[in-house]
Amino acid sequence: MSDTRLRGAPPDLAPTSAPPSVRTVGVTKRYGRRGVLRGITLTVQPGERVALLGPNGAGKTTLLRILATLSRPTSGTVEIAGFRPDRDAQAVRSRLGVVAHQSYLYDDLTAEENLRFYARMYAVEDAAARIDEVLERVGLAGWRRERVRTFSRGMQQRLALARAMLHRPSVLLLDEPDSALDRAGVRILARLVEEHAAAGGTTVLTTHDLGLGLEVADRVVLLQQGQVVLDAPAADLDVAEIERRLGYR
Amino acid sequence: MRRELGRIYAVAWKDLLSEIRTKEMFGGMAVFALLTIITFNFAFDLTGVDRAASGAGALWVAISFAAMLGLGRSIAVERDRGSLDGLLLCPVDRGVLYLGKLLSNLIFILLVEAISVPVFGALYDLPIYRPTLLLGLLLGTIGFAGIGTLFAVMASTTRAREILFPVLLFPVAVPVVIATVRVASMTLSGTTGDVGRWLNLLVGFDVVFLTIAFLVFDRIVEE
Repeated sequence: MSDTRLRGAPPDLAPTSAPPSVRTVGVTKRYGRRGVLRGITLTVQPGERVALLGPNGAGKTTLLRILATLSRPTSGTVEIAGFRPDRDAQAVRSRLGVVAHQSYLYDDLTAEENLRFYARMYAVEDAAARIDEVLERVGLAGWRRERVRTFSRGMQQRLALARAMLHRPSVLLLDEPDSALDRAGVRILARLVEEHAAAGGTTVLTTHDLGLGLEVADRVVLLQQGQVVLDAPAADLDVAEIERRLGYR
Repeated sequence: MRRELGRIYAVAWKDLLSEIRTKEMFGGMAVFALLTIITFNFAFDLTGVDRAASGAGALWVAISFAAMLGLGRSIAVERDRGSLDGLLLCPVDRGVLYLGKLLSNLIFILLVEAISVPVFGALYDLPIYRPTLLLGLLLGTIGFAGIGTLFAVMASTTRAREILFPVLLFPVAVPVVIATVRVASMTLSGTTGDVGRWLNLLVGFDVVFLTIAFLVFDRIVEE
């Protein structure tokens, strides 16, 4: 399959007839005899914001790593914007923006140098202007010439968000993006996700903060022991029931 | 093609920039190489043995072990801080990542050689500025760094990577080590008859193993 599906349109402006942003069918993942994911079937349409919730060990991070092409499923199929990672890995990767537990930043480079490096790797056009823009959006414009080593954990997380948005991905995969963020940082995160969705972009995020999940997502998927046990619009949710299932009550 | 070259340069550039600021890796490599050369200088009786042969061996021991320090660390650092995943997420051919890491490793090792070879020449009182010697060193360094970068990635996924890396690397690198030492000893002793054959071996090794490493890197670096 050639990488021509969205030719002529920027990745964040997918046509209405576009395939699902994320589609998994019967995805399993085993480490030895231990099954971490047990048949995950999930479809996320362009523009949707999905919160993946679940207790520790439910398989949220494993699922995101598989979607991000960093891990291969033991069985099942994955498609990102109609492309399969095992066949069109580069087409998939160019559409993904990923924030994970690690920041993927280089401590001894400045914020601007880190973004310039990734801009080159993602072949971002007009990189200087785009770097200015994303730094401004995460509130780090004044820190652009500071080395990442001097940043707090929260600032590194903001810069990781900027890195993930840099190449205008159509799908954002955010693994606990609110970790280490202060209130201002969480507000920035919520605004970025909202703006991304308004531009037709898709977001799949994991979080342990149910309040944030319900605030930024319009759909909630609950994972338990590697299986989807609930998939519902955020507005329809019984918060008390979710909290009970997550073990918060 | 031009875009891919730019990406290779970008990977090497961020390694070099980080190293210029921290001096963690290069400093250790250079000091190790110099200490080895100095130790061998005092260990050998240079008046009673073939100075060219023992000197060539000492020089390559110093360079190869110093290179191993750097090769292992350059990949381990990426793996430990999680930035290797950041590289793997980039929509680029894995071979580009390999060539970028190879380029930065090669530059570090050549810089170590630029310091240690003149010191070696002075201590051993040997004529080091000979084209065949320098060509042999360059070809040997390319081959050693080429397979070293690949095996460093392979070993970095294991807990015993410091032990596993040299165990994996040295058996495969034996032809490079032997050929480079032979080129150096023959050049330094002035018997250049068979040098061409050893240089050809080095060229062949570099072409074959760099091609293999480039082609299999995606299998090695991914889960």
